[in-house]
Amino acid sequence: MRADPAEYQLVSPGNLQAVLSVLASEPAQWLPIAGGTDVMVLYSAGKLPNRKLINIWNIPELRQIELFPDTIRIGAACTYTALRRHEIISREFPLLATAASWTGGIANQNRGTLGGNIANASPAADSLPALLVYDAELTLISVRGERRVPYREFHTGYKKMALASDELIRDISLQRRFSEYVSHARKVGARNAQAISKVCLAALGQVSNGMIQDVRLAVGSVAPVPLRLQETERLLTGRKIEPSLIAVARKSVAKEIQPIDDIRSAARYRTAVACNLVGDFLVKFAAEGAKS
Amino acid sequence: MNPSPEAAAKCEVSFTINGQPRRVLVHPMERLLDVLRNELALTGAKEGCGEGECGSCSVLLDGLLVNSCLVPVAQVSGANLLTIEGISGHVLMKPLQEAFLECGGAQCGICTPGMILAAVHLLERKPQPALTDIQEGLAGNLCRCTGYMQIFEAVTKAAGQRVSR
Repeated sequence: MRADPAEYQLVSPGNLQAVLSVLASEPAQWLPIAGGTDVMVLYSAGKLPNRKLINIWNIPELRQIELFPDTIRIGAACTYTALRRHEIISREFPLLATAASWTGGIANQNRGTLGGNIANASPAADSLPALLVYDAELTLISVRGERRVPYREFHTGYKKMALASDELIRDISLQRRFSEYVSHARKVGARNAQAISKVCLAALGQVSNGMIQDVRLAVGSVAPVPLRLQETERLLTGRKIEPSLIAVARKSVAKEIQPIDDIRSAARYRTAVACNLVGDFLVKFAAEGAKS
Repeated sequence: MNPSPEAAAKCEVSFTINGQPRRVLVHPMERLLDVLRNELALTGAKEGCGEGECGSCSVLLDGLLVNSCLVPVAQVSGANLLTIEGISGHVLMKPLQEAFLECGGAQCGICTPGMILAAVHLLERKPQPALTDIQEGLAGNLCRCTGYMQIFEAVTKAAGQRVSR
């Protein structure tokens, strides 16, 4: 059943402090809405449980990208278009810029936001594996103050988050120390735009003298949350990339992920693809290592 | 007359649309698409999927391509909107319209307003797009008639014509 607009409130306080006051005034009642690319889909289908919405699209503090010598701080309501266009993000965080280019079509990229992608907490979200491998940190803000949470601790279960009912994600910060890393991003889906991934991979690594110094692997759509493959990373670190190691890594990936059968794909297919994507990355990684 | 609870929840939203200032009395969560079609009688934007997948409700919001089915009307307060009805004076319209006609880029016409607006949005940013740019720029707009080739040809042709004139 289509939603009746008369049953919904939408307030636009216009500044961050006022938004936080509203969120605190009636805990768990107010749902923030930025570009609406997720919220409006649920709303239109009559499946949005909240009746009270608060507009955060027009809050300037949430739309800034601030650059510091060691970090970049991305306002939670920055759009995918803003991420793609940003020179430093494209150069130093290509996995994030690439994931932004995969998300929806151009119209959705003009409205969808990074903070919204995080708060929507879909395990299939394209930008979230990139945030995992870059060790993103979130700033959560409420009338009680600010706190910082490593992004890898943010999703606690399927659609569950370490976000209190009066809190808002203010920004996502990334350390500017990955520009020398080999990076690799792959999405496998029915089509590139507008199709949610069957599996997506963000991979990052550094190799010297043929040995893996650091490797970071994160996969979407294979677990209840976007998943960092920590066990596989541990197996690979300090080793030389050769076919036997790639075989070990593929086995480890299959063990670490928990894919399901759903409307977009099957668990068996997802496992095969996740292993292949990691395998492809390691081949590319070895080739880069041979050059260095 | 007793004010109904519905009426009490309505609010005034002002914006500029196709160059004209307008003010509507609406519920804040009404979809921009419904306000365009039902309040303003601008029926060029169509409802296809109603979930941001098909692009047939595309409009330009402050110059940016958006799906109007995903925009609550309260968020366009103060904004500048352009719909297919207002695009006729745009410098890109004549070459695009001619190219769509010549190449067979429009068949049933449901996707066409969105295709044209997505093409305008693309060509404003990339006047000389490669085929891959066109494919990406129109990827959010679905067409069930043409198979897309005629549309890609039309946009390529419009871009070329624009330079030659």
